Amino acid sequence: MPKLYSGAEIVFKCLEDQKVEHIFGYPGGAVLPIYDELKNHPTIKHILVRHEQGAGHAAEGYARSTGKPGVVLVTSGPGATNVVTALTDAYMDSVPLVCISGQVPTHLIGTDAFQECDTTGITRPCTKHNWLVKDINDLPRIMHEAFEVATTGRPGPVLVDIPKDIQFAKAKYSKPNKKKKAVSKNLNRFNQKDIDQLIDLMSKSKKPIFYTGGGVINSGPKASELLRELVSLTGFPITSTLQGLGAYPGNDNQFLGMLGMHGTYEANNAMHDCDLLINIGARFDDRITGKIDEFSPKSKKVHIDIDPSSINKIIKVDLSIVGDVSDVISLTTKTLKKKKLNLEKSNKQKISNWWKQIEKWRTKQSLSFVNSDTIIKPQYAVQRLYELTKDSDTYITTEVGQHQMWAAQHYKFDKPNRWMTSGGLGTMGYGLPAAVGVQVAHPKKLVIDIAGEASILMNMQEISTAVQYNLPIKIFILNNQYMGMVRQWQELLHEKNYSESYSKALPDFVKLAEAYGCVGIRAKDPSELDEKIEEMINTDRPVIFDCLVDQGENCFPMIPSGKPHNQMLLGPKDQEANKITGKGKALV
Amino acid sequence: MAKSKSAYSTPSKSGKIDTHIIVVWVDNEASVLSRVVGLFSGRGYNIESLAVAEIDHKKNLSRITIVTTGTPEVIEQIVLQLKKLVPVHNVVNFKREDKKVIFKEMALLKIVANPIKIKKALNACKKYNPVILDQTNKSAVIQITALRREIDNMIKNLKPLGLVSASRTGAVAMTRGAEILN
Repeated sequence: MPKLYSGAEIVFKCLEDQKVEHIFGYPGGAVLPIYDELKNHPTIKHILVRHEQGAGHAAEGYARSTGKPGVVLVTSGPGATNVVTALTDAYMDSVPLVCISGQVPTHLIGTDAFQECDTTGITRPCTKHNWLVKDINDLPRIMHEAFEVATTGRPGPVLVDIPKDIQFAKAKYSKPNKKKKAVSKNLNRFNQKDIDQLIDLMSKSKKPIFYTGGGVINSGPKASELLRELVSLTGFPITSTLQGLGAYPGNDNQFLGMLGMHGTYEANNAMHDCDLLINIGARFDDRITGKIDEFSPKSKKVHIDIDPSSINKIIKVDLSIVGDVSDVISLTTKTLKKKKLNLEKSNKQKISNWWKQIEKWRTKQSLSFVNSDTIIKPQYAVQRLYELTKDSDTYITTEVGQHQMWAAQHYKFDKPNRWMTSGGLGTMGYGLPAAVGVQVAHPKKLVIDIAGEASILMNMQEISTAVQYNLPIKIFILNNQYMGMVRQWQELLHEKNYSESYSKALPDFVKLAEAYGCVGIRAKDPSELDEKIEEMINTDRPVIFDCLVDQGENCFPMIPSGKPHNQMLLGPKDQEANKITGKGKALV
Repeated sequence: MAKSKSAYSTPSKSGKIDTHIIVVWVDNEASVLSRVVGLFSGRGYNIESLAVAEIDHKKNLSRITIVTTGTPEVIEQIVLQLKKLVPVHNVVNFKREDKKVIFKEMALLKIVANPIKIKKALNACKKYNPVILDQTNKSAVIQITALRREIDNMIKNLKPLGLVSASRTGAVAMTRGAEILN
């Protein structure tokens, strides 16, 4: 007779077979049998967080920096509801997560039992799929299926809800069935004809641009390499979404910087004026497109994506290629080389005027700002942080707001999986727990959360997790005492009515750091910034860095609401210049 | 219009709205209907009617027929989003005007009236395959099968003849000829 295992044992056997090394979780009544079993599985390390939302974001950071699925373990009721924000965040940004939640025993489901909630009902709209395990014999299959669904096609979160009696019940265990038909439905659906059509468009174009997104990162490090080859082979300019940063080197000359609401002048104008737009693994998000009716009006549009429902969802495209980014690019470069079109040479002439135009836009220097000797400008702080950490393979996470955009603008990434930020959902409080997850995955690397003082307070408790596991994460707070992005919108669009965007009673972050048992550093003068950043980098413990910055600084350039790409608000320097010509007023 | 102060763009003009019938084959498992219905409500799509039942016990398959309205772009999204759901096997979409497909709804109509009126009511239903399921000397339950608008009209017309209660299904669909869906 085959050996019978308890539900809790089966959970761990599945995790072992799926090669899971770390899980992020928080115990409670309805998952105690699983926690009891933890001690028998030394290859799986559990990271105890301080709040289930933190577990979710930590698993996201882990997943995004490694490419492996993040695993979360929480209890029923509040444990499950607390993780909902993180699941939604992972769903929006296509991050593979497997969340295991405890549930009250089967016979109590539906009775409003203690710590009961309809977990599968609540998480249905924020997961790719979820399961309530009602029969112990289904558990091994469901667990393996959960990993498959989370990691294949367009990745995303899944949840397995396991009632407590199922954790005790016994059944046979079965290994993942490799031969079984893939659950994932979003596999490659393109053929050589599509690629030929793409190449035809590429060879005819005079003003082409690549617009790449998180899909390139999700497709694996290979995709980034292939992208670099394709870009250099074609000589086309390339811009990236927030999530795609790092897929292409940020300091390369063909890279125009990030596009979108706070993207560069050259990237947005190139998007507007191009005659061929090749979207690789991005989804025409509303922060990217601006006004839909005037989005890139003169271009042929190509969309390469693994998710068919992303195509024609917002922007109608002329050529759609459904498939894994690295497979599509690889076939494209192969075909390009085979056809010997000599694009490198022939294109250079054809698109030389285009590059001239781009260089003209570049002279605007849209990311420039008026620096100061007396007060730290937040952009300057990020620039210094970049200069002092760029040579040490640094991993950056962020919270959400102005600091996030400044980080995206001024920190130049040259490798994929080094940049973890909440883009789709825009979750304040993401960065600290995400940094915990990244550091768990990469214990020897430098991990920095570029934060704002409002966001950081949303999941501040997780610094305790960092201290417990000796995770030397660095929390770099650009402290302007405002919810800066809210304040900026209020200044520009709500007649400077700063309704509830000022934080009156902020904690002393240096003392707070000490209270948590880590190191606090404060910088308030530009002249001391470098030295303090060095001190932070050289501290082999968690650090909270309180960087007091200019309270009134706004994040520019910016596409105001309802405007197309070619009507950007530029920084104060340019506004000053435009005042004289009178052009600027039309923009504001 | 006042200047938009939203961080979001203003809606652009939308296309022509059509009625479509969407047929979905799903695993007959717990919560599958709420996944489908939740997708519609979550993304702001319309459901005009819904019919669902198991069609293959051995394969554990159910067939859901949804009548919905939307622009061509919205209908395309509905189909693609439905296809992403794990328990969904296949999705087929028809325009209401499609001549290759038969759509039918069923209604049970309770008439409380004297036998003369009941007879009149039955006559009025003649075009819609009426079946008397229950009859007393002051009441009758009549089953009819027809299109949505026809049933709407019948309900209106039968009111003076003693219609007191109507119960109706959503539309179900089948292709004409030997061709099969799946």
